[in-house]
Parts: sequence; C-alpha cells; structure tokens
Amino acid sequence: MSEFVQFMFSGVTSGAIYALAALGFALIYNASNVINFAQGEFIMLGGMAAAFFNAHGVPLMLAVPLAIAVTAIAGLLVEKLAIEPAKNADVTTLIIITIGVSLVMRGLVQIFLGKNTRPLPSFSGDAPFSALGATILPQSLWILATTLATVAALAWYFGRTRAGKAMLATSYNRLAAQLVGVNTRAVLLASFGLAAALGALGGVLVAPITGASYDSGIMLGMKGFVAATLGGLGSGMGAVAGGLLLGIVEAMTAGYLSSSYKDALPFVLILLVLFFLPNGLFGAKTTERV
Amino acid sequence: MALPRSFGLGALLVVLAVLPAILPNDFYLDVAIRMAINAVVVIGLNLLIGYTGQISLGHAGFLGIGAYASAILTANYGWPSAAAMLAGAIGSGGLALLVARPILRLKGHYLAMATLGLGIIISIVLVNEVALTGGPDGMSVPNFSLFGFEIASEQAWYWVVAVLLLGTTWLALNLIDSPAGRALQAIHGSEIAARVAGIDTTAAKVRIFVLSAVLTSIMGSVTAHYLAFVTPTLSDFFHSIALVTMVVIGGMASIYGSLLGAVLLTALPQVLAGLEGGETVVFGLILIVTMIFLPRGLVPSLALRRLALRRRRA
Repeated sequence: MSEFVQFMFSGVTSGAIYALAALGFALIYNASNVINFAQGEFIMLGGMAAAFFNAHGVPLMLAVPLAIAVTAIAGLLVEKLAIEPAKNADVTTLIIITIGVSLVMRGLVQIFLGKNTRPLPSFSGDAPFSALGATILPQSLWILATTLATVAALAWYFGRTRAGKAMLATSYNRLAAQLVGVNTRAVLLASFGLAAALGALGGVLVAPITGASYDSGIMLGMKGFVAATLGGLGSGMGAVAGGLLLGIVEAMTAGYLSSSYKDALPFVLILLVLFFLPNGLFGAKTTERV
Repeated sequence: MALPRSFGLGALLVVLAVLPAILPNDFYLDVAIRMAINAVVVIGLNLLIGYTGQISLGHAGFLGIGAYASAILTANYGWPSAAAMLAGAIGSGGLALLVARPILRLKGHYLAMATLGLGIIISIVLVNEVALTGGPDGMSVPNFSLFGFEIASEQAWYWVVAVLLLGTTWLALNLIDSPAGRALQAIHGSEIAARVAGIDTTAAKVRIFVLSAVLTSIMGSVTAHYLAFVTPTLSDFFHSIALVTMVVIGGMASIYGSLLGAVLLTALPQVLAGLEGGETVVFGLILIVTMIFLPRGLVPSLALRRLALRRRRA
C-alpha cells in the first residue's frame, strides 16, 4: 500500500511537469496549428537560467521569476524571428523550423552555460516528510501546488478575460476572430510568450529534483507532446489530464515492471491510444473538406 | 521544362563514375559513401513524405533494425551477411506492414507523433537489450561477404553504394511516373478526391510505407557492414530528424532534391566540425533560414525561379 502511494505521488509530481509542457504545446497549437518542437527547450532554458542566476548570487526567490521572464522573451523572439516570417508554410516545414529553433537554443545554452548539469536548491529545504507511509520531498508539493494554481489561473484567463477569450476565439476560427476585431498576430505572439513561460515554470520547478542540463529538454518536450496528443491536441484540460495520466502510468511501470523501459512507455501508450482513438482521448472528431 | 529522365540518370552515372578518380584521398571517399547511403534512404523517404504527403519522424528506427539484424545475426549467430540483411529487411517490412494501417489512418501532427513514437521505441529497445546489442556502447560487425568475396576496402564499398544509388534513383524516377506513383501524388493532393477517383488509398499508402521501410533497412545493413560497428544512435530521434531534414531541404517531391539534400547535410557536419557546440547552432540556423526563404526546398524553389526568369524574358 505505502509502495503504491509512493509511486502514485512520484507519478503525479512528474505528471504535473508533463502537464505544464503539454499546456504549452496546446496553447501554441491552438493559436497557430504549429506543433512547437522547441517546447522542451523552453523547459530546459527555464531551469538552466534559474540555476545560472542563483549560482551568481541572485536569491532564489528572484532567480526563478527572472528565469521565467528570460524564457518568455526567448519565446517571443522565436515567434518573431522564426515562425512569423514563415507564415503560410505547411506542417512539415513548420516542424523543421521549430526543430531548427530547438537546435539553436540547445547549442547557445551549451556554449554560454556549459555542458555540466547545474544544481538548483529546493524552494523550501530538502528534508523529506512521510505521509500515508510514503516519503515525500517538499519540492514535490511546490510542483503540485504551483501547477494547480497555474491551471486555475489559465482557466480564469481563458474564461474571464478579454485577452484570453480572444485567444480562444482565434483557436476556434482565425478568420472569424479577425472579423470581430481580434488581432490574431498579437495572439500568436502572446501564445509563444505564454507557452515559453509555462515551460520555464516547469523547468524551474523540476530543476531542484533532477538538476538542469543543456540536453534535458528533449525528453521532457517529447513527453509533453505525448501528453498533449494523449489528451487530444489543443484541448487544455486534455493536456492536463494527459500529463497526469502519463506521469502516473510511467511511475507505476517503473515501480512494478521495469525501470529501464520507463522512457519507452509514453510512446507505447500514445501508439495504442492513437490506434484506437485517432484524435486522442478528448480530441474533437475532424472531417476533411475537399 | 523537366529534362528527360535519361539525361539526369546519365549525369548521375558520369558523376558517380568520375568521382573516385578526382577525390584526393580516402577521407573524401568515406564522406561520398555516407552521402550515397543517406541519399538512398532519403529518396525512399521522399516517396513517402514528399510524394504521398505522409510524414515519418521515425525512419531511423528501420535503419536501426536493418543495422542490428545484420550485426547480431552475422556476429553472434554466424549467418551469411546476405541472409542477415534479408532478415532485417523482412523484419522492417513486416513491422511496417503491421503498423501501417493504424498509423497511416492518422493525419498531420498525430501521424508525426505516432511515427516519432515508433522510432523512439525501437531506439530504446536497442539501447536496453544489452545482452544482444551491446547497449549504448554498440557492437562490431564482420565484413560483408557474398560467394566468398569480401567487401572491405573503401573503394569496393564506394562501387557498391554507387550502384545502389543509381538503381534506387532509376526505380524512384520510374515509380513516380507510373500509375502507382500518380496515385501516390493524388493522395498528397487530396486523399478523399483520390478515393473518389477510384484509388485504394489505404493500400497505396501501406505499400509505399513498407517500400521505404525496407529500403531504409537495407541501407541500415549496408551502414553496419561498412562502418564495421553499430551504435543505437543510428536509430535515434536525431537521425530520423536528419533524414526528414534532407528530404525537406533538398525539396519535397523531388528525387534530385533528395540527392542534393543528402549531399549537403552529410557534408555540413564535416564542415562545421571544428565549431565546438557552435555546429548545432549553425545547423539549426540553416534549417530555419532555408525553410523560411525556400519553403519548397532547394531544387523545386530554384526550378521555379528559373521558370519565372524564362517567362519574364519571353
């Protein structure tokens, strides 16, 4: 029993990080139909920047928001310099562009911040405590609480604010949104900034547990993509559910079956889901027009 | 405006025949061999991505299956190299056939996700089955031998891959102008319209997926024997992406574009090798800039530009 609780908890913790990554995918996908393969690099940049600032004497409580701000600016730059100029390109071309962006980001971080894994202190100490027979790190609670608050804030943003509703309108029908006066170009730009900030948030939250390294973004990004697809691309709640589901199934597999195949599991899961539900768990059925 | 088929093939034949005589040393010959191996894979992948419009982000997985089938069966079980290569091709083709129907039903990003997942799973299996594959450290592969002849020298390998490349180019050029090839291009245009026109689109997509998987697997076997050593990086996500990039940079739905893409992107890391981390940045920048300014890829974009110039003059 206590074993199960332990696995469950670690699953929900990593699931929360995947959920944040998946939300980033969903945001950009909704605003532009682009799958941003550089999303994982935003996670990496958030963690690396926070660790870098902290190592250079910036207090943690300042280093974290600073890192998120830096990453958000990077996100805006990516949209301005790489995505906007390529406007009407097709899916494959845009995929290659975002892969190019991820290579550039990874290379730059490797050059300027080095190849070593950088540590980041936990937000409130490292002393674990027990609950329900499981040992829990305080940082896990930070991850869960912050993710929960972020999801609530996003729900408020998309449901109650003009800017959020404009973003939502753009995702439903870009042309119709333009007709009622939504600046869809600004929406696209904002979606990249917001997705980068969400990724960076995940990065700074997880860095105290795993450390930050220039090549940590690839797997995280890939799993975020799996989580977003699992929930149905573009669905916000689907992304969160997909992330949590992925984290839990992964932790259970690692705990009870085999830890060496832990990283393969998300992809087996997504293949099975797509075989039977070609639009993900919560995705809308689409029809092709001729 | 298109040149006759025999002209392009003849030009390729001449280039391939003259190349070893003008290359200064074995280092360049080695690069040329790698280019040719990539080119064969990329032509097969272009049939799937460029002509049929079905993206695959996992083709390096098939490369890995071919390479490791050859490595394991010849090194550990003493199979003849040709039989091992055939086993790899059958394995890749079988796997492709098995997953093709459910995977190719998917569209756009879902298809990208599924093929990416397939490739990563294969790569992770190769890394984890240490007893069979040697894990991340890889394993060595004996020379390729057929009827008592061993292919070992760079020169010998050059002629083997040159013939393979010429054959693949000829096959691909014929395929795209055949009824089957027209059907594939119709699927790219609009799958529903193609179906209305009486094309069994599912069967056509499955066939081309299997064909490209088998071709990739065979080149995986060739790579394993040529390098005499295999590691799982051959099958990883980056290699899949590199292959797709060669297709896209050279030009979607352009066989000669695939040749150019393979040549350029195989040469690029050699050129950038001294930059220490900078090569990733430059490589990424080249991808971004090419895709923004030449979204159709080099060969089709330049062909269009030439056409426009000629129209203006006329």
